[in-house]
Amino acid sequence: MTLNRLWAYANPKTFIETTDRVLPAVSVLAVLCLVTGLVWGFFFTPDDYRQGSTVKIIYIHVPSALMAINAWLMMLVTSLIWIVRRHHVSALAARAAAPVGMVMTVIALLTGAIWGQPMWGTWWAWDPRLTSFLILFLFYLGYIALWEAIENDDTAADLTSILCLVGSVFALLSRYAVNFWNQGLHQGASLSLDKEENVADVFYYPLLVAIAGFVLLFVALVLLRTRTEIRARRMRALLARERMG
Amino acid sequence: MSLEVNDLSIARGGVRVLEGVSFTLAPGRALVLRGPNGIGKTTLLRTVAGLQPPVSGTVQAEPESLVYAGHADGIKATLSVVENLNFWAQVFGKADISPALDAFDLGPLAERAAGMLSAGQKRRLGLARLLVTGRPVWVLDEPTVSLDRDAVAMFARVVGAHLAGGGSALLATHIDLGLEGAETLELAPYRARASVVDDFDEAFL
Amino acid sequence: MIALLTRDLRLAMRAGGGFGLGLAFFLIVVTLVPFGVGPQSELLATIAPGILWLGALLACLLSLDRIFALDWEDGSLDLLATAPLPMEAVVSVKALAHWLTTGLPLVLATPVFGMLLSLPSKGYGPLLLSLLLGTPALSVIGTFGAALTVGLKRGGLLLSLLVLPLYVPTLIFGAEMARRGIDGLDYTTPLLMLAGITCGTIALLPFASAAVLKVNLR
Repeated sequence: MTLNRLWAYANPKTFIETTDRVLPAVSVLAVLCLVTGLVWGFFFTPDDYRQGSTVKIIYIHVPSALMAINAWLMMLVTSLIWIVRRHHVSALAARAAAPVGMVMTVIALLTGAIWGQPMWGTWWAWDPRLTSFLILFLFYLGYIALWEAIENDDTAADLTSILCLVGSVFALLSRYAVNFWNQGLHQGASLSLDKEENVADVFYYPLLVAIAGFVLLFVALVLLRTRTEIRARRMRALLARERMG
Repeated sequence: MSLEVNDLSIARGGVRVLEGVSFTLAPGRALVLRGPNGIGKTTLLRTVAGLQPPVSGTVQAEPESLVYAGHADGIKATLSVVENLNFWAQVFGKADISPALDAFDLGPLAERAAGMLSAGQKRRLGLARLLVTGRPVWVLDEPTVSLDRDAVAMFARVVGAHLAGGGSALLATHIDLGLEGAETLELAPYRARASVVDDFDEAFL
Repeated sequence: MIALLTRDLRLAMRAGGGFGLGLAFFLIVVTLVPFGVGPQSELLATIAPGILWLGALLACLLSLDRIFALDWEDGSLDLLATAPLPMEAVVSVKALAHWLTTGLPLVLATPVFGMLLSLPSKGYGPLLLSLLLGTPALSVIGTFGAALTVGLKRGGLLLSLLVLPLYVPTLIFGAEMARRGIDGLDYTTPLLMLAGITCGTIALLPFASAAVLKVNLR
């Protein structure tokens, strides 16, 4: 599919028509993957010799953390598309994705805390990874709040996309800063929830399925919410036009 | 240095208000915009001044030839009259503010803090800024608000002198300033028509 | 540009309490901390760099919405947008004026406040340097946030929400630099990072702030 055909979906009508066909399939697939991955992971894999059954929470923690970051990346890309090509669907897709990304971040934080509690004996630790996600949560919050605060839709799209750009730079910077902050001179004390840590094959495949499920869930939700945003925007435009007389 | 506007369509708050506006403003001429409230005079002036982009069409003028004066005066209350004008003079690269002070009879008020001026005096100060900028094309939105009859006459004299000196003025006003050879542009015919509401695919989402 | 800077400084001074408010807030924060955590000087000495950094940061935050709000309300911003000054220059000058009236006084007042919090003597130098290097970044970042929220009523809270996450890297490196100085450790890394952030934001963020202002002026 050449890039030009992709731009066809920038047309709101085409987008709605296409998603009419696509969304049900994506949703079903998402549910299938999620259920398969989670059930397989939770019930059909052995307990970890060190962490017991709590490690199973990675089937939710890892995909949600991945999606939290990917959602922001998607917002970054769609914001750039809005800035360069002024496609309304793009801006609305960014707006639609933000709450989903934010919820993913919260899920990652909660599951991270739940996972960590038996290991660390505390519900929260300022581990670099968790802290970075907390900061990401704040970025999401600010982005969404800005969308809500501004009345004019085009102005809101412009301001939030610039915020997304600047925020992305600072989010990267914060990641490095937080790593520095919690390593400092205290090497090796980091409490790593790293999924690379000894994830054996038997865990790996259900994890992949769970990740696929989360990705599809994200896609389905964003498509759904973008459709809603398009409709809401159209309604506001019609009302405005009516007021004009 | 003339100002040329071609087939301009402008929008306010995302809604198109005027379409197909075209005119040329030659040096020494004045053009008065007329139309009912809400038609888009302010939006048109702001678009010409460069504060917002048009939906379509072009505004052509020599670079650095326009100066805009809107509803608000842009006056700092804690600065004196002279300090206010000197600031703008420096920003626009000019040095001498006395012609502006004289033209609007602000000499006696020169050292007074701008917050202590009456509404009419503040307006005179805001308009004096135009002279200080030294720019030829004046884009003015309701310049005579708060001015009494004498002050309106003073302003008309200033505009007349500006036109005689080769400058031009584009203004929206309900008041007849009695400017020589001033043309009027009635904006009602340019009102944007709501296009037929069809399926989704207009950019006007 | 100088004219704009002079004007803004003059306005800040005549506004009454221009310099004073930030300093007073800083003092209040520093005074409240011992009430919150207890008066033991060893404890205070440990947290002093962080508290001083936080206090400076919050005091900067307080005055951010004034950067553009007054000019927005009286129409000066429209006039500045149509003036020969590029918008990037306008926002940079505004950030500079904010730093001169808020950040710099805080830096100069820090030795006094350091004494209140039992800051160890080895810490004064690094702390002051870190604040000197970091507060300009706070002003520049804050200017960006102020530009985003300029048109909004009650924009203050949203402004804080937008700006505080952006402050995190500066705060981390600044406070860490001060802490390492106190412990007598080498603080080149945080210093370089801090300087890098400040230089980067000063060079690049004005473009974003200018774009944002132009959008808001439409």
